[in-house]
Amino acid sequence: MKRNAYANIGLAVLAIVVLACLPLVVKKDSILNLLILVLLYVVLASSWNILGGYAGQSNLGHAAFFGIGSLVTRLLWILGWPFAACMAAGVASAIALALLIGFPAFKLRGVYFAIGTLALAQILNVTVGNLLPEMSYNPALADYQIVPRYYLFLALAVMTIAAASAVVHSRLGLGMKAVRFQEDAAESLGVSAFKHKLVALIFSASFAGLAGGAFAYYHVSYYLNMPFGPAWTFDPMMMAYIGGAGTVVGPIIGSVFFVLIKELLVLHVGEYHLVIFGTLFILVVLFLPGGLVEAWEKTRTALQRWTRARPRGPVATDTR
Amino acid sequence: MLESVSQTLILGILVGALYALVALGLSLVFGVTKFLNVAHGELLMFGGYASFWVFSLLGIDPFLTIPTTLIALTLIGAIVYQLFFVRMVKLPEETKIKNTLLVGFGLSVILQNLALRFWSADDRGITASYSGVAFTVLGVRFPLVRLASLLTALIFLLALHLFLRKTYTGKAIRATVQDWEAATLMGIDIQRVYFLAFVLGAALAGVAGTLVAVNYSIEPSMGLNWTLKALIVMVLGGLGSITGTLVGGLLLGLTESVTSLLLSSNYREVVGLVLFVLILIFRPQGLFGTKEA
Repeated sequence: MKRNAYANIGLAVLAIVVLACLPLVVKKDSILNLLILVLLYVVLASSWNILGGYAGQSNLGHAAFFGIGSLVTRLLWILGWPFAACMAAGVASAIALALLIGFPAFKLRGVYFAIGTLALAQILNVTVGNLLPEMSYNPALADYQIVPRYYLFLALAVMTIAAASAVVHSRLGLGMKAVRFQEDAAESLGVSAFKHKLVALIFSASFAGLAGGAFAYYHVSYYLNMPFGPAWTFDPMMMAYIGGAGTVVGPIIGSVFFVLIKELLVLHVGEYHLVIFGTLFILVVLFLPGGLVEAWEKTRTALQRWTRARPRGPVATDTR
Repeated sequence: MLESVSQTLILGILVGALYALVALGLSLVFGVTKFLNVAHGELLMFGGYASFWVFSLLGIDPFLTIPTTLIALTLIGAIVYQLFFVRMVKLPEETKIKNTLLVGFGLSVILQNLALRFWSADDRGITASYSGVAFTVLGVRFPLVRLASLLTALIFLLALHLFLRKTYTGKAIRATVQDWEAATLMGIDIQRVYFLAFVLGAALAGVAGTLVAVNYSIEPSMGLNWTLKALIVMVLGGLGSITGTLVGGLLLGLTESVTSLLLSSNYREVVGLVLFVLILIFRPQGLFGTKEA
């Protein structure tokens, strides 16, 4: 187990180093844009996964946090604030929204929570569209460079994954898991379901808010209510599920897979990627609740069993 | 002033009956099977397109396209049920609701993008020869198309009511709602009842789609909005009761039209959703919560 953990950390460091060196080698903007998309989805899917996967509360309003983060960041940035302060304000507003939503929403259980959060996100989507209907242009358009944006997204993705894995391996993560499997049993053992859900929501919302800030920094022009759109909830949710909800690597695999399928299919058969992705998502929900991670683990144990079953020299009979 | 108020109320009622029909299928399916099919709005969208094509190609009256739309959506409903939903019949209730919700989302993504491929993202609407016609009674306008839609919605609400009350199959469905275990012991084939309820729900979504195409317009990404409307009506009116659904639809229609009058038509949707969230928090069983179908 210990050796496994070191191997994972080594692999992660290697991946970060490779991704960090990439802009030195790759000069094509289109490839960097594609990687930015993957990293954005990694942040969104991983942050959705903290509440939706570990704590088991299907949040269908994740776009609200992404949206508010991008909205506040962008508006303040246009006003001329230094960008770091804008992003901090963006995260703060996402957390504020999480607290505001959290108290009433966690009175709702299961499916009511899901449709309640969906409705809340739609309320914000429509209201922002009504209040601020104009197209927003990037304030730094004159000296727009993609590389710093790439590094911002990379840093965010690393932070999100690190935070997610820290949460999973903590007491807090165990509590969330308990709430996911049996809320009543968890409560009876002194694990406060409300507290764990709220902490998960705040974690989840703050990373979505950061992603929103980075999105505001990155995008050249967009309608301010666009990041509130339901696709920013559903696509990351599907990615987390297809990769493996409730695991650290699941959302990463799901995001890479999503963008890969999208790119491959756009070249060959047009916009069918969402049809295929939707089908895969349904298949995962129906037959493979652990997603691709579970599929991989199952094949690996099957392979191990198969290799162990074959006799290898003298077999120890009695171990007592 | 008085005229604009009564006009608002009349429009609210006319729209409200349509909302009730939009929610009827979802409510029936949820009441009987505990499937929360959030792809309801996408089924409605397909119904709208079915009517649109029959209307455009054959040039018949839009309300006469309803039979073909019913058939088309019955088939789509049957296929979708057999492909995906049949696998979730035996799950425990809470898991069932959650998984059908997720599968519903997957399905809505699939249907939405198929529609985009087939029919492009253009807004389409059905304009009948009498679309501009309206009666004026005491200064209040009654648009003919809206009246015909109200009538259609009421016919289907009544038909479903009679079907559930008077026929043997309808009684089997109601028995399943009350207690599926007891119903099984009485020899009711639950699998068949579920299938029937689901297909009926899809067909009702189809008719609602026809009415939406006639009164508003249709496009591939419209589904979520209508699913939300159906959910709002369902929660306003209580789960699985036809009278409740009608009341819920009228409440939503009136709320929206009053909002348009007092505030702005831009906030119609928002007020419905706010109401929805408040009811979820304070009265999760709906205003008229009953278990009877």
